[in-house]
Amino acid sequence: MKGLTQHALFWPATTLVLLLIVCASFNPSFLSLAWRDGHLYGNLVDILNRAAPLMVVSLGMTLVIAVRGLDISVGAVVAIAATVAALMIGGSFSASGNATSEHPLWLALGAALAVAAACGLWNGLLVVKAGMQPIVATLILMVAGRGIAQLLTGGQIITVYYPPFFALGNGYWLGVPVALWIALALWGMLHLALARTALGLFIRAIGGNPEAARVAGIRAASLTLCVYTFCSLAAGVAGLIISSNVKSADANNAGQLLELDAILAVTLGGTALTGGKFSLAGTVIGALIIQTLTSMIYSLGVPPEVNLVVKAALVFAVMLLQSPEFRGLVLRVARGAHS
Amino acid sequence: MNWRMNRRLLPLSITILLFISMAAFGAIRYDGFLSPQVFLNLLIDNAFLCVVAVGMTFVILSGGIDLSVGALIALTTMISAALLDAGWNPYVAMALVLVLGAAFGALQGLLIQQFQLAPFIVTLAGMFLARGCCYLISTESIPINDATYAAIAQARIPVGFDSSLTVGALIALAVVLAGMRVAHATEFGRTVYAIGGGESSARLMGLSVASTKVGVYLLSGFCSALGGVVMTFYMLSGYSLHAVGLELDAIAAVVIGGTLLSGGVGYVAGTLFGVLILGIIQTLIAFDGTLSSWWTKIVVGVLLLLFCLLQRLFEARTRKAA
Repeated sequence: MKGLTQHALFWPATTLVLLLIVCASFNPSFLSLAWRDGHLYGNLVDILNRAAPLMVVSLGMTLVIAVRGLDISVGAVVAIAATVAALMIGGSFSASGNATSEHPLWLALGAALAVAAACGLWNGLLVVKAGMQPIVATLILMVAGRGIAQLLTGGQIITVYYPPFFALGNGYWLGVPVALWIALALWGMLHLALARTALGLFIRAIGGNPEAARVAGIRAASLTLCVYTFCSLAAGVAGLIISSNVKSADANNAGQLLELDAILAVTLGGTALTGGKFSLAGTVIGALIIQTLTSMIYSLGVPPEVNLVVKAALVFAVMLLQSPEFRGLVLRVARGAHS
Repeated sequence: MNWRMNRRLLPLSITILLFISMAAFGAIRYDGFLSPQVFLNLLIDNAFLCVVAVGMTFVILSGGIDLSVGALIALTTMISAALLDAGWNPYVAMALVLVLGAAFGALQGLLIQQFQLAPFIVTLAGMFLARGCCYLISTESIPINDATYAAIAQARIPVGFDSSLTVGALIALAVVLAGMRVAHATEFGRTVYAIGGGESSARLMGLSVASTKVGVYLLSGFCSALGGVVMTFYMLSGYSLHAVGLELDAIAAVVIGGTLLSGGVGYVAGTLFGVLILGIIQTLIAFDGTLSSWWTKIVVGVLLLLFCLLQRLFEARTRKAA
C-alpha cells in the first residue's frame, strides 16, 4: 500500500479517478460508451478528443521543463501554425462539388510544421546560445508571435473550405478520433525514444545539473536546442488539430492561454518545475484532469464562470501536496492532534 | 568608482536614450507630435500600467515573478463597481479594494515563502482565482455612475503649456517617486536587492528574507489594486475582461526599463521609461494611421529581444571585468 501511494503517478491518477467518480455520481450515464455512426460515442470519448491538443502541447512542454526550461510561447506558435496552414490551404467549393485547395495538403501541413519548428529553434537558440532565461526568451516570441500571426491574417479569421483537412480535428479512424490517435502516437514515440534509448537519461541529467551533464560528456546545448524545437513542433501539431476542428484559423484567439494550461498539466502530472524529474504518463493524466474538470463543470450544469475558480483551487491543492514543507506541516499538525 | 557607477547605469541610459530618439523620430515624421499634451497623454493612458509595473519591478528585483496582476486589476474594477452599485461610499470602497489587493498579494507571498513554491505557478493560480472571482461577481460589464468617481475621472489638473494631467496620472507619478524612495532609501528596498542578488547570501547576512519576500508580493498586490482603482477612473466600469494580458506588458516594461529578470539589478525609474516606451510605440502607430495594431506587438517583441541581448552582453562584460 505504501509503495502504491509513493508511486509518482498515484496522486495525479487518484485526482482523475475522483473527478470521474464525481461526474458519474451526478450523472450516471457519464461513463457510458456507445457505438454510433461508425465510431465510439460518449462523454469519455469527448473528453479524450478535446484533451488531445492540450496533451500534444503538454508532452512537448514536459521535455522543456525537464531540462529546467519553460516555454510560454506555445500559444503563439499554435496561432502561427494554424494561420500558415489555413492560408496555404484556403480552398473553395467549385460548382461540381469538388473541393480544391490552394496548395497540396501535404505541402501546407509541412510548411506549418516547419514554421513551428523554426519558432522552437529560435527559442532554443536564445536560451542556449544567448544564455537568456527561458521564460524571457520565450516571452519574446509569445508577444511578437501573435503579432506576426495577426499580420499574416490581417487580423481576420481565415476560413478553410477543404474537407480533407477537417479529418485531423473531426475525423475518426477505427472508431476513435483522429486527434486522439495523433496524441497517442506522439506519446508512444516519445516513450520509446526516452525509455529505450539513453535520451531520457540525458534529459534527466541535464535537468538535474546542466553543468555536471556537460562535463560528463552529454551534449547539453544541442540536446536542449532539440527539446525546444520539439516543443514548438508539438505546438504546431496542436495548432493544426485546433484549426482543423474549427475549420478556420483565428490568429487573435487560437491557443490563447494554452501555455498556462500546458504548464499546469505538466505540473499536475508530477513533473517538477525545477527540472530533472519528469513523467510523460503523468502529463497525459494532467491534461485529462484539466479537460475532465472543464467537461464536468459543463455537464453538471454549473455556471461556466466557476470553472476558473475551481481550476485555481485545484492548482493550489496540487501545488501544496507536492511541497515537502506543506506535507511536513500537515504531519506535524496530525501528530500534535494525536498526542 | 565613478566608472563603475556609469556601468551600472548603462541599461537605464540606453532606455532613456531610446525614448528620446523615438520621440525625436515622431517629432520629425508627424505634425503635431511634439506637443506637451501628446507626452502627458503617454502617462494618462498608461497610468494603471505604470502603477502595476512599479510593483512588478520589486517582484522581479527580488528574483520572482507575478502573473496575477492583470487579473487582480480586473477584480478590483469589478469589486469597486459592484460596491458602488450597492451604494457604498466611494472612498470606503477604494480603501477596501486596496486592502483586499494587498491581502491577496500577501497570501501569494506566504505560499511562495512558506512552502517554497514556484512564484510562476502560485501567481498563475492566483491569476485564475482572481479572474474566476470576476466572473462570479458578474459576466457582464458593470457601469459606474457614482458622482465622486465621475468627478475624479473627469478632473484635469493643469500643468501649464495648455496641457493637463488626470488624477490617475498623478497617482502613477506619485507611485514611481514612492517606489524609487522605497527601493533606494529603505531597509526593505536594500533587502529586496540583496535577495535578488543571492537569497542564501542575504539570509547569511542576517537580513529578514522571509518577511521581505512576502512584503514584495504584498506590495505588488497593493500596486495592482491601486492600478485597478486608476483603471476604474479611466474606464468608469468594472469588467472581468479588463486588463487581459497586462501582466505581460508590465513585465515587458520592467525589462525594457533595464531591470534584469534574474533579479538584483535595476531601477524603478527605468520602469517609468519602459512604460513610456510602450506608450510611445502605440502613439507612433496611431499617428502613422496606416499601421495596424499588431505592429505594436511585433515592435515590443523586437525591443524585448534587443534589451535582453544587451543585458546578456552587459552581464558577460561585468563577469569578465570582475
